[in-house]
Amino acid sequence: MSKIRVLVGTKKGAFILTADGQRKDWKVSGPHFAGWEIYHLKGSAADPNRIYASQSSGWFGQIIQRSDDGGKTWNTPGSTAEELKGEMGFPKGESNKFVYDGAVGKHLWYDGTPHPWEFKRIWHIEPSLTDPDTAFAGAEDAAIFKTTDGGKSWKELAGLRQAKSQLWQPGAGGMAVHTILLDPKNEKRIYVAISAGGCFRTDDGGKNWKPITKGLKSPFELPDPAAEVGHCVHRIALHPSKPDVLFMQKHWDVLRSDNAGEQWNEVSGNLPSDFGFPIDVNFNAPETIYVVPITSDSLHYPPEGKLRVYRSQSGGGDWEPLTRGLPQKNCYVNVLRDAMAVDQLDECGIYFGTTGGQVYGSANGGNSWTAIAEHLPPVYSVEVQTLK
Amino acid sequence: MIRVVLPFHLRNLARVDGEVELDVAAPVTICAVLDGLENKFPVLCGTIRDHGTLKRRPFVRFFACKEDWSLEAPATPLPEAVTRGEEPFLIVGAMAGG
Repeated sequence: MSKIRVLVGTKKGAFILTADGQRKDWKVSGPHFAGWEIYHLKGSAADPNRIYASQSSGWFGQIIQRSDDGGKTWNTPGSTAEELKGEMGFPKGESNKFVYDGAVGKHLWYDGTPHPWEFKRIWHIEPSLTDPDTAFAGAEDAAIFKTTDGGKSWKELAGLRQAKSQLWQPGAGGMAVHTILLDPKNEKRIYVAISAGGCFRTDDGGKNWKPITKGLKSPFELPDPAAEVGHCVHRIALHPSKPDVLFMQKHWDVLRSDNAGEQWNEVSGNLPSDFGFPIDVNFNAPETIYVVPITSDSLHYPPEGKLRVYRSQSGGGDWEPLTRGLPQKNCYVNVLRDAMAVDQLDECGIYFGTTGGQVYGSANGGNSWTAIAEHLPPVYSVEVQTLK
Repeated sequence: MIRVVLPFHLRNLARVDGEVELDVAAPVTICAVLDGLENKFPVLCGTIRDHGTLKRRPFVRFFACKEDWSLEAPATPLPEAVTRGEEPFLIVGAMAGG
């Protein structure tokens, strides 16, 4: 019998929800790291018991946690008694050391002046698809880091910040690498998305990056609506069987690319609002995608107070509301960019968390929903592991 | 023996209860106490002061003998009451306000 493990990062800790393949009865464990902000947790596809977590605090900064037993116990990587001894017998304790490579460099500040990069936190951890000890981390201020030793140490892939980063400028929500997608058919190809920075791709494992924004239009956010960098990309997604097909939820607009981001086309179609944060793809249907429309950039809650997931079964353009089991009045929560995920069972499960502390799940591709956890702190991220 | 009081979250991170005791060679300065603390609990590296610059994190405060030592230079010797273990060196998370 398959088992589902849902990893939930919240403003005040992490929660792990588990159920069997029926996905009806859920057990909740947590809060793990109580009181800390958990921006993201994600399990390794190569070793499902290996889970990485980004733990942070405005007071005490960034911590990386790692579990090697499916979330039962956690350690900061490299902190076993043996591991704490460096070459000179002095502990290293560098699992939370994120230092920009070489000259720190500058990006545009709010007042238009150059401003040095300042590390604030890790928004997203993307484990390698093949090696449990390798993972990528998306940082604010925007940069991507890589570990090859299970999180004990991190090194920046500095080529990303050579991609016109002097023109990147933080938005109101900061400037972070919040999405990292690994191409399952080409280990050298990685996509990242940066709030108020845009969308970028490397084809050489992270040495060189280029903006992939042709077709994006941001008339209310950028002086040049079709600028190469600066678009506020909220989230991108791909299906592992068709990694050249990308879907994007931008600040405004839902888009798709059929050529690895070389060209984007809008597929917002009949959505009630094309503003939103998450976007994801049904595991069993590469052209079935999900978004959660939000009223506007000024009103971060669902249109008409109705929480609706919208599904397109044609890769965008034609959208249908999915409402069964979701609140259809007086609902004013948001669903953040990393707070939606899908499982890999035959009838695909969809999960998302809200800033109101609910985690909703659907065991039938979105046709109906139930709250599988409620009254949690505001949900920052949701990831799913399908354990077979 | 130097006594150090950690804030709740750092006690959890270091997996300690109550005060931490450190052997610190003279002169007992702020920097020497933090060095000793991070040596004993490497998980705290980066949480109190920056990894690279060793500057105190903005919302961490240092108290000793009812005085605020946060703005003192790292090489400043701490009061004798701290060096003798009569008073603890407090590492405190700043008030959130609001």
